[in-house]
Formats: sequence, C-alpha cells, structure tokens
Amino acid sequence: MLAFTIRRAFQSLIVLLVVGLVAFSMFNFVGDPVDNMLGQERTGADIERLRTQLGLDQPFPVQYYRFLEGAVQGNFGISYRQGRPVSDVISERIAATLELAMVSAILAIVFGVALGVFTAIRRNGWAANIIMSLSLIGVSLPTFLIGILLIYLFAVELGWLPSFGRGETVDLGWWRTGLLTESGRKAIILPAITLGLYQMTLIMRLVRSEMLEVLRQDYIRFARARGLKDRSVYFRHALKNTLVPVITVTGMQLGSIIAFAIITETVFQWPGVGLLFINAIRFVDIPVMAAYLMLISVMFVSINLVVDLLYFAIDPRLRADRSGSGK
Amino acid sequence: MNNMGEIVLSVRDFGVEIPTRQGILRPVDGLSLDIARGKILGVVGESGAGKSMTGNAVIGLLDPPAHVAGGEIWLNGKRIDNLNRERMRKIRGKEIGMVFQDPLTSLNPLLPIGDQLVETIMEHLPVDKKQAMEKAVAALDEVGIPAAAQRIGSYPHEFSGGMRQRVVIALALCAEPSLVIADEPTTALDVSVQAQIISLLKRMCKERGTAIMLITHDMGVIAETADEVAVMYAGRMVELGPVRDVLTSPTHPYTQGLMASTPLAAKGNKRLNQIEGAMPRLDNLPQGCAFHPRCSIAKDKCKINPAPGMDLNEGRAACWFADGTKQ
Repeated sequence: MLAFTIRRAFQSLIVLLVVGLVAFSMFNFVGDPVDNMLGQERTGADIERLRTQLGLDQPFPVQYYRFLEGAVQGNFGISYRQGRPVSDVISERIAATLELAMVSAILAIVFGVALGVFTAIRRNGWAANIIMSLSLIGVSLPTFLIGILLIYLFAVELGWLPSFGRGETVDLGWWRTGLLTESGRKAIILPAITLGLYQMTLIMRLVRSEMLEVLRQDYIRFARARGLKDRSVYFRHALKNTLVPVITVTGMQLGSIIAFAIITETVFQWPGVGLLFINAIRFVDIPVMAAYLMLISVMFVSINLVVDLLYFAIDPRLRADRSGSGK
Repeated sequence: MNNMGEIVLSVRDFGVEIPTRQGILRPVDGLSLDIARGKILGVVGESGAGKSMTGNAVIGLLDPPAHVAGGEIWLNGKRIDNLNRERMRKIRGKEIGMVFQDPLTSLNPLLPIGDQLVETIMEHLPVDKKQAMEKAVAALDEVGIPAAAQRIGSYPHEFSGGMRQRVVIALALCAEPSLVIADEPTTALDVSVQAQIISLLKRMCKERGTAIMLITHDMGVIAETADEVAVMYAGRMVELGPVRDVLTSPTHPYTQGLMASTPLAAKGNKRLNQIEGAMPRLDNLPQGCAFHPRCSIAKDKCKINPAPGMDLNEGRAACWFADGTKQ
C-alpha cells in the first residue's frame, strides 16, 4: 500500500508538470500582456525593456523552467496587474473559494446521498418520483441560469438573501471566513446552492442507481432473512456497497466544484480565485493564470489520490496484504 | 395434522399471486405441507415450479408485486402469514433461518464475518457485545471453521466457497431458529464439498431439533437427507410422502418421470428417460391438470378437471389415477 501511494504520488507529479506545460503553451495565444500594462504613449524601447524585465523575451521552455523554479520555492511571480506577489493575491482569495466549494460540496453530498437512498428505497413512491423529475432540472440547467433564477427569486422578488458579495468576514489570522457572521452566512446560501445543485443531483442519481443495484444482491436478501432492521439493511449493508463508485464520481465532482466555481463566482461577484482568474484572463496576467491553473490541478490530483486511498479503506478485497492472514 | 405439538411448520392451502399486465399469475397454488421438529422435508421440482417462491413466502420475503394470496402459514402454533412487517422481521433469523444457494454472494463483502454474526445475534438475543462475540466464535466453531476465534475478523473473500457456506449456515442458525429454509444450499458448491455441507446441516438439525425445508432439484441430495419429500410442478404440489416411498414407488406420473430421468434412481445401465415437452409457463397453464399435456396416462377428464387435492395423512399424489387405476 505504501508502494502504491508513492507510485501514485509520482504519477501525480508528472500530471502536474504536463498540466503546467500545456497551460504555459496556451498563454502564448491569449494576447500580449505588455499591451495592457503600458499606456497609450509607449515606445518600442519601453516595450522591449518591459519584455526583458518580465522574461517574456526568453524562449518558451526557459519561461516554463523559471516558473517551475519559482513555484517549488512558493514564488509564483508578481501579478502584472496588481504589482503584488501572486501568492499574496491568491491566498487572500482562496479562502472565499474554498469556503464556497466546501459548503456546496457538503450540501451536494449530504442531500445527494440522502435523497439517493430515499428515492431508491421508495422507488415507486410519489415523493421519490417527484424528486427524480425535479432532479432532471438540476442536471440539465446550466449553472449561470440557476444562479440568475435564484437571484431573481430570493434576492429580487422575495428580498430574503443578498444577490452578490460575501457579506462581512472575520479574519482568523490565516483564514478569512464569512461563516461566522450572519450576513456572511446569508451571502453564501445562494452561490453554494448554485454551485452544488448539479453535483447534488448527479450524486443523488448515482446513489439511487447503485442502491437499486445493490438492493438486488443476495447479501441484502440474506441480511433481511436474518431479521436485521431496515435501517441496518439500507445503511450498514447496502449504502456501504454503493460507496466505491459514488466516491469516485464525488471526488471528481469536488475538483470540478472548485474549478467551475468561476461561473458561480462571476454570477454572484464572489471574491474568490475564480473571479480573480477571469479578471486575470482579461488582463493577460500570466503569473496569476499560471498559479491558478497549477493550484486547481494540484487540487484535482490530490483529490484523486485521496479517492484511490479511500477505496482501500472501504473495500477489504483491495487490501492484498491482508488476504489469507485472517487477522 | 397428527402430533400437533411436534409440528413446526404447517402450511395450509397456500397461494402466491403475481399481478401482471396479462393477468394474475399463480406461482404457488393450493399448497399444504407440514414439517415436524427435527425432520427434513425435501422440496423438489424443475426451475420455476414454485419451490423457492414457497420458501420466500414462508419467511416473508416475497419480492413485490408477488404477494400471499390465500391460505395460512403456522409456525409453532402461531399464524405468521398475516403478521405486519415489523413482527415478521423479528421472526426472520430468530425463528426461521434461511440458507441461500450461492455462498459467494450471500455474505456482505465489506463486513468481517464476525460483524455479520454479532449483528444477527444481538438483533435476536438479549446479549451484550462481548457475549455476542463469544457466541459468534462458538457458532463458527460449531459449523467447522478451523481456528474460529482467529478467523472472526476475516472478510468473506478470505474463505473458500465451502467455508463460506459454513459461515452462512452459522449465520442462519446463530439465533437457534426452529425452522431452516435451505434454498438449494449445495447447488453452487463443488461435489466434494456438497456432502460435507449436507451432513453439517443434518447434524445441526438433529442436535437442536430444527426442522428443515430443503429446496433442491437434486434427487441425490433428497435421497441422502430428507425424511419426507414434496414434489412440485407448475406451482402445485403433485406428490408428498416419505422419501423412501416417493423415490422407490412414485405415484404421480410426473414423479415417475422425474425418477426415471434421474441417474440415481434409474437402475442398471439403461438409457435415462426424459419427460417430453417442458413445464408450461405460468401465464399459459393448460386447463385441467397442469401436467396433462406431458402425461402418458392422461385421459379426457384430466384435460377438463384440475387434479384432485391431496390428503396429507395418506401422502398420496394429486392425480386422478393415484390409486393405481389407469382408467
């Protein structure tokens, strides 16, 4: 298992390097940052000087190497637009994104699993049928539209919840949270629902179909034949057997929640890294874009690693080193 | 119903119905049987004859839309076919144990066998966790799992098929039920292991006085194990009697055909007979006796009138010519 972990970690590293390479090669096509940074009255000499200063005159592999060199030391360069270290700019905003992603992920997992189990157990009930039909909306409506609809209903028409921003935040030193103030909690509701709705319906439908499959298995019949309570049959015996595929998909979805927070953050003007990235693209702020992409890929890769390790925790058949020992 | 006190399971005029678009199917119809304490009743018949459906109905695990339609089931003098879900659940495992066909799929792959035993024991017996654990070890020991105390934490995949069926038997018997329904308990096992499992079942029941309903299509198993045998055809019982009588001098033409087509019963090296045709589908049962299209002695009245009912005390067959007349 240790060997497996090390091998996976090594593979993850290669993935990160490749992602960085691809990202970097694309930056050549997004425009010239120098255009934006210098005003109207620039001279050819100004441009040349700035290019040299930023290292943009170097060939692409050299630029990439320099970026990596800095990145391992935690130095992602200086934002072209804000003139401050990228690591500062991002760490200011990552809390907002992670908080939003975390809340949506929890919503998605808790409600997704609960509704999935419910609709599987009562698969012919009217409530389950209604939930299943509604879930089609969650799967098929695009995120920005859900966001706009929610804003229209709860912020504009009903006026219950704020339509943009993060509300008041509290600085914990290393983390700026909005969850400790009432306005912060109110502000996170709509974006979290918007961001997590698709994932929730996806998890729900997946849990439901996996549950239906598992409930047909002999060991479920046998568990019933042994007189176990429904609760034990459904949650101890059935749900656990659905978890491997569910965790796979949920893990990937967690990555996308963080990555695709961009759209939700734009709709709700949420001050997170997604919004930062959108602004960075507009300004061709290469260091910020590079750091953001690396950050997202690190998250994706580490979530996948965690998912792989969770398989071992759940399914004893994968723990090869245990078999036969009987301990 | 002689020896009322000795009778563990008593089924009277019992039926199961499955409503379908094409009409109501009756996979079990007009079934009556008794099993006494410590006795083994073999239930034989082709696939689809209603054997397993009968077992599932007795333990209250019919899959909807199949449901009990008429008749009575008595267990130790209590009527159990009309109990509500919760009371029936308490009977399962406690008073009726069930052993399924495939030991590879009967055990939850993600839980150690000890956990599955302990949960069953604690569900039915007033013991604490430590006592339940001791009982679990004793149960495994009794079914012949070597080094039971060390194997208690092992997962199902760490056992062979025969060992797993022993675990399944331990699970079915751990709350000391008075009736065990064994649905094809040896069909999925190697021939060399079958005999062990059968003798284990036999020994356990003799020691505890457990009654067994042994569902199988293996005449060899019946001959070795059962005290009485019930032959089913198209959802109806066609012959019932002491195993020796039924095997050596079958009365019903179907049983005769069955015996003639079984290597065990066909003496010498003459060719095995086969019964022409196939069992009718439930949605297309012939009028009159369900067996008449395949019966060699069928007369006109067999095509019009259903076969006569059976008198349990005489152990005879449901056939117009059961008394030996061929008219």
